[in-house]
Amino acid sequence: MTAAFVAGADAPTEVPLKRRLKRAERARQFKALALVLPLLLFLLFTFLGPIAGMLWHSVEDWEVPKTLPHTVAALSDWNGKDLPDEKAFAALAGDLQAARAAGTVAIASKRLNYTINGFRTILASTARNLKTAPEPGTAKDTLIAINPAWGDRATWAAIKSASGPLTSFYLLGAVDLTRNVDGAIVAAPAEQAIYRDVFARTFTISFGVTALCLILGFPVAYLLANLPAGRSNLLMIFVLLPFWTSLLVRTCAWIVLLQSEGVVNDSLRWLGVIDEPLRLIYNRFGVYVAMTHVLLPFMILPLYSTMKAISPAYMRAAASLGASPVTAFRRIYLPQTLPGVGAGSLLVFILAIGYYITPALVGGAADQMISYFIAFYTTETVNWGLASALGAVLLLATLLLAVVYGKLVHGQQVTGGMKN
Amino acid sequence: MSANHSPRTTSQRVAWITTVVASTLIFIFLMAPILAIMPLSFSSGAYLTYPLPGFSMRWYQDFLNSPRWMLSLKNSMIIGVASTILSMVLGTMASLGLAQWKSKFKPLVLAVVLSPVVVPGVITAVGLYFFFAPIGLTGSYAGLILAHTALATPFVVITVSATLQSFDMNLARAAASLGASPLVAFRRVILPLILPGLASGALFAFATSFDEVVVVLFMAGPEQRTLPREMFSGIRENISPTITAAAVILTTVSVILLATMEGLRRRNERLKGNLPG
Repeated sequence: MTAAFVAGADAPTEVPLKRRLKRAERARQFKALALVLPLLLFLLFTFLGPIAGMLWHSVEDWEVPKTLPHTVAALSDWNGKDLPDEKAFAALAGDLQAARAAGTVAIASKRLNYTINGFRTILASTARNLKTAPEPGTAKDTLIAINPAWGDRATWAAIKSASGPLTSFYLLGAVDLTRNVDGAIVAAPAEQAIYRDVFARTFTISFGVTALCLILGFPVAYLLANLPAGRSNLLMIFVLLPFWTSLLVRTCAWIVLLQSEGVVNDSLRWLGVIDEPLRLIYNRFGVYVAMTHVLLPFMILPLYSTMKAISPAYMRAAASLGASPVTAFRRIYLPQTLPGVGAGSLLVFILAIGYYITPALVGGAADQMISYFIAFYTTETVNWGLASALGAVLLLATLLLAVVYGKLVHGQQVTGGMKN
Repeated sequence: MSANHSPRTTSQRVAWITTVVASTLIFIFLMAPILAIMPLSFSSGAYLTYPLPGFSMRWYQDFLNSPRWMLSLKNSMIIGVASTILSMVLGTMASLGLAQWKSKFKPLVLAVVLSPVVVPGVITAVGLYFFFAPIGLTGSYAGLILAHTALATPFVVITVSATLQSFDMNLARAAASLGASPLVAFRRVILPLILPGLASGALFAFATSFDEVVVVLFMAGPEQRTLPREMFSGIRENISPTITAAAVILTTVSVILLATMEGLRRRNERLKGNLPG
């Protein structure tokens, strides 16, 4: 730097100086990038890659092409209107015998069973009864004789639609849609169409929790913002301590408090308010209480920092101009808190829609949110396609809200709503 | 009642008193679970009800004598410390880079770096489960440490970046002009000044890992169960008083982390107050 300035005093060397500065700046930028790069590569492996993998699972269709490759090939030029020709039947017979020998029939039948309930039985019985390869030209009759379902073009349409390599089946299923025999998108049959309800429930609970957090958080933030620093710092402990306490500890504590032999019911009975214990947990009420408790600090902190920045001079000015306290609060104070209200509400809502642990532990079967179903299909029924598709919808909703949140707090502190 | 707020009219006074009363009730709501569970852990009875039949430490003894709980505590410490170290190295380097890097891609990179905070836990967990299972990283410490590092690093980047923002880069230039190599300048000039910020970042990282349960739920084998994971099973099966002892131990760790963090923040503010500008 010093050397550069000395050189700069000499007029003819001005151009090289500029170039040297530029070069130095470029080297600096390169070094800066080199410092960020390890984290980016790390996240590629431990975060972005896995999420991309999940998204891929929601559209990939590998089971049928892998286990019934010749059938898939034979069906590639099928018009889908009549039954496929003899060639396809023969290919299926060959594939099934090979799959039975390799023990892979279950892979294809599991996938096809998602499309047509009962396909598992069709494939299993056919594979079992197909002792020898059918005589050339008789494959069609042989298969239909073993199971008449092979004479139904819906059976073949199911195989064709699962032929991969990509499918919209899971993503459509995640929003209660499916394709009919002709490939048109239609509403899913009622017994499978549960996910719109689950999403609606997820949004309802999240909205309710956000509203409760706003109602409870507003007076607390107002109090903290208007008390002298010493006292508000002291009271802030009541917000920060629960915030830092483990989620599991708090959930566990709510169960202890709210269960039928719990502290709340015992106290109410002791006071003579009730005779029979109230049902306060393992239902929607418990979910609202526990989730509001966990998320309330996320509302209070952004509200507090917004209110802290509102100068009391505005309210004094309003009063001196003749506004009643209510009018001054409503027309002067409240509008200035809106950025905090927006940031806090969005943050609580974003966190709420992804909640899993709390509803799983304090909710009943009818209170489970979308995350529960994602976990259920991943580990219990191992329907990774549907789990991923539901995950993709949740991810999309979260990212959209996060973008809005980012725009809203743009210019405000990035850390405004986070643990701080 | 307060310095900033001076209620003049009756209606204002009523509004203020209402706020104070409502806030008091909400503070009770916020503190109730922690306050309710603490005494129960010292109960001599086996039921989680009041009044307590007597005082005893039996549930803490139970906790300390249980190989299952002790293993989970050990696992939480191993995974917490390892992912804290890893996220500190990656996060501090990235923060130093981001502070100097000028590019139109910077907001995008920042969004990517911070995204693990926003993405729902189940999505991260499911993605990692699919991704790590084929390469043998599920049911291993390594897999959990990598996953927790990814979740904790955003907090390190946020905290350290905030500290660097208030750091005067001219000090680094001064060090360079006096002949210090970049490494020496970092170690002798930058590091001591940003140390409180780094410590806060480390506490955040540790707290994130120590409290995380969703990823552990998907990825941990029986040998890697952490304290929150063990509590999850405990709550599912049947809440024994031993869980309340575990909860109090976890809460104590939280209080220590919070107190340390608060101490660092105060110290930092004091230092800033002493420096001009």
